[in-house]
Amino acid sequence: MSPGSISKTMRTTAFKLSAIYLIIFSIFAIFLIVYISLNTQLLMTRQLNSTIVAEVRGLVEQYRSGGMAGLIKIIEERSRRPGASLYLITDSRGLYVAGNVAALPKWVLDERGAVEQTVTYQRLGENERKDNNAVVSVYEMFGGYRLLVGRDVGEREQFRKVVEQAFIVSAILMIVLAMLAWIFVSRKVLKRIEMITEASGNIMRGQLDERLPVTQAGDEFDRLSESLNTMLSRIEMLMRGLKEVSDNIAHDLKTPLTRLRNRVEVTLSSDQQDVESYRQALEQTLEESEALIRTFDALLRIARVEAKSTQIEKAPLDVGAIAADMAELYEPVAEDEGARLTWKADTGYMINGNRELISQALANLIDNAMKYAVRHAVEQRQETEADGTEPLQPHIHIAVSRKTISNNADKQDSLGLIILTVSDNGQGIAEEDRDRVLQRFVRLDKSRNQPGSGLGLSLVNAVASLHDAKIELGDNEPGLIFSICFPPLDEQ
Amino acid sequence: MRILIIEDDIEAAAYLAKGLKEAGHHCEHAADGAQGYDMATKGGYDVMIVDRMLPKRDGLSIIESLRGSGDETPVLILSALGEVDDRVTGLRAGGDDYLTKPYAFTELLARIEVMARRRSPGEVETVYRVADLELDRLAHNVKRAGETILLQPREFRLLEYLMKNAGQVVTRTMLLENVWDYHFDPQTNVIDVHISRLRSKIDKDFGPALLHTVRGSGYSLREPD
Repeated sequence: MSPGSISKTMRTTAFKLSAIYLIIFSIFAIFLIVYISLNTQLLMTRQLNSTIVAEVRGLVEQYRSGGMAGLIKIIEERSRRPGASLYLITDSRGLYVAGNVAALPKWVLDERGAVEQTVTYQRLGENERKDNNAVVSVYEMFGGYRLLVGRDVGEREQFRKVVEQAFIVSAILMIVLAMLAWIFVSRKVLKRIEMITEASGNIMRGQLDERLPVTQAGDEFDRLSESLNTMLSRIEMLMRGLKEVSDNIAHDLKTPLTRLRNRVEVTLSSDQQDVESYRQALEQTLEESEALIRTFDALLRIARVEAKSTQIEKAPLDVGAIAADMAELYEPVAEDEGARLTWKADTGYMINGNRELISQALANLIDNAMKYAVRHAVEQRQETEADGTEPLQPHIHIAVSRKTISNNADKQDSLGLIILTVSDNGQGIAEEDRDRVLQRFVRLDKSRNQPGSGLGLSLVNAVASLHDAKIELGDNEPGLIFSICFPPLDEQ
Repeated sequence: MRILIIEDDIEAAAYLAKGLKEAGHHCEHAADGAQGYDMATKGGYDVMIVDRMLPKRDGLSIIESLRGSGDETPVLILSALGEVDDRVTGLRAGGDDYLTKPYAFTELLARIEVMARRRSPGEVETVYRVADLELDRLAHNVKRAGETILLQPREFRLLEYLMKNAGQVVTRTMLLENVWDYHFDPQTNVIDVHISRLRSKIDKDFGPALLHTVRGSGYSLREPD
């Protein structure tokens, strides 16, 4: 690791967390070890003391029954046992009488009674002068004799050393393990974060279709990446919508605007103009501007619907009632055009939606169906006139139904989608063109010379997607079946 | 009528005032929200035309304040925001009608005239009469020259709206909004077709025509001249 990368890892959250964890754990471990060793020492000291006191009491008993000679005999005997306690009997002048202690600081013997002392002593029979520590108790007997009983505390010291060692070893082990854990965790975490940082950097540099990496781990990072990805998709969709709107404005609004401008210019520059031709030019200008406003409004509305603005209020509504209302509105229009408009729209098909938008989408569909059915009938009539067969009557049918597909994994389908269909007996749309017609300003070549903005179906598309509805285009043989499949109300 | 126009675009306001003057109305103009509110509180206007987005004070807040102080002067809101929800907020704030820019002047004129008349006090009529045409709102029947005319429910509502605003010009959009409750522009001439159906029922077999087409604006149901 280079110095730069070290300082970078030092700044990471993983490092900080590991360090905090290490410190807290160390404090706890130190506390535990100190507590245990202190308590054990205390316990051992207490045990030592009680052993000494008991031994002194026993020896005093012996002295009382067997006299000094008996005591000395016992002391001599006990002194020789392996791992024996310390024993010393001195006379009134402090001179050695019996026992296994060779040298002892003088002051110890002056302590009266069973006093617990830690002293440095030398054991009898040990060649070299070695200082050992012991706890001793001194008992004064008749005639200036003194009895000293003690126990070596080396054992206790050894135990302390063992604990100390254990502490040091475990501390080192802990630090090493913490370091390893930190390196492992931070490397893993840093790698994930770095991946996310890199991806977002790319996105910022303009690769809007790039997404944050999602592993199969299903952890917090995946969840974060997933929700950020959802957000990015939404933003991308909005951006695309915005871009499309501006493209469309450039494309389909500039042409009529140019026409408008040219007409005004020509009218103004021409010398021989009477009032009537001015009026005519103005009327045309007004008409053209109205068409422009309509296109503009339609574009804005589509963009707004596509952006799925949350401000668009939705309420429970009956598709059957909407269809019936709209059919009733258009029925006289169809009749005027020499077409037949029929509908089968029972009430009770409830969805959660926006009445205005669904109505407008349906109006656009009926408009389209009527336009194509009528045109197709006219074309057919020209062909059939010669052989005298029954002329084809344009027919538009609106229907609302519930589709139930039982053995379908899709839950919405199994509960029954609400299908709004508009079918006509026009020439229909070839299968390969069906997806394309839903886009903005797309008008199949055949209809290029027909009036209409080419926005009707893209509004329908936007409205459908706002309502999570699917669009299906089918063949009516002849003609087109246009279906919008809404999820029913109880689903949402 | 005395009309107050609160609109920050001076040129648009001037065109509006010119058109309204030619239609025989008296106009006053405020160029920002604060001035508009001051003028509005002095009162004496029959109709107010309020732009929604104004400098100094928002159009909707002016209307809310006026309504809060009990001023019931009819207000037409003008706005560049034309979505359904914008309209609803506008009307909830206390506006009587909502018109999206850019609008046709004839549309605006028809709307404020209808609005101003609607305010005229008087008991709610249950029977509308225009010449020998009679519409009974309670009994749901229509007679002309004493002869009962059978109408579809929607035709009845269409005629009801026309008769309620008899003598006024009503535009196609107004009909679509008030009779059908749609606020979008169907590209086909749906309203014209419905009007001509209605006309064939109430006018065709009877004396002078009552339902007139007003060129460039809409329709008007009125007494024969």
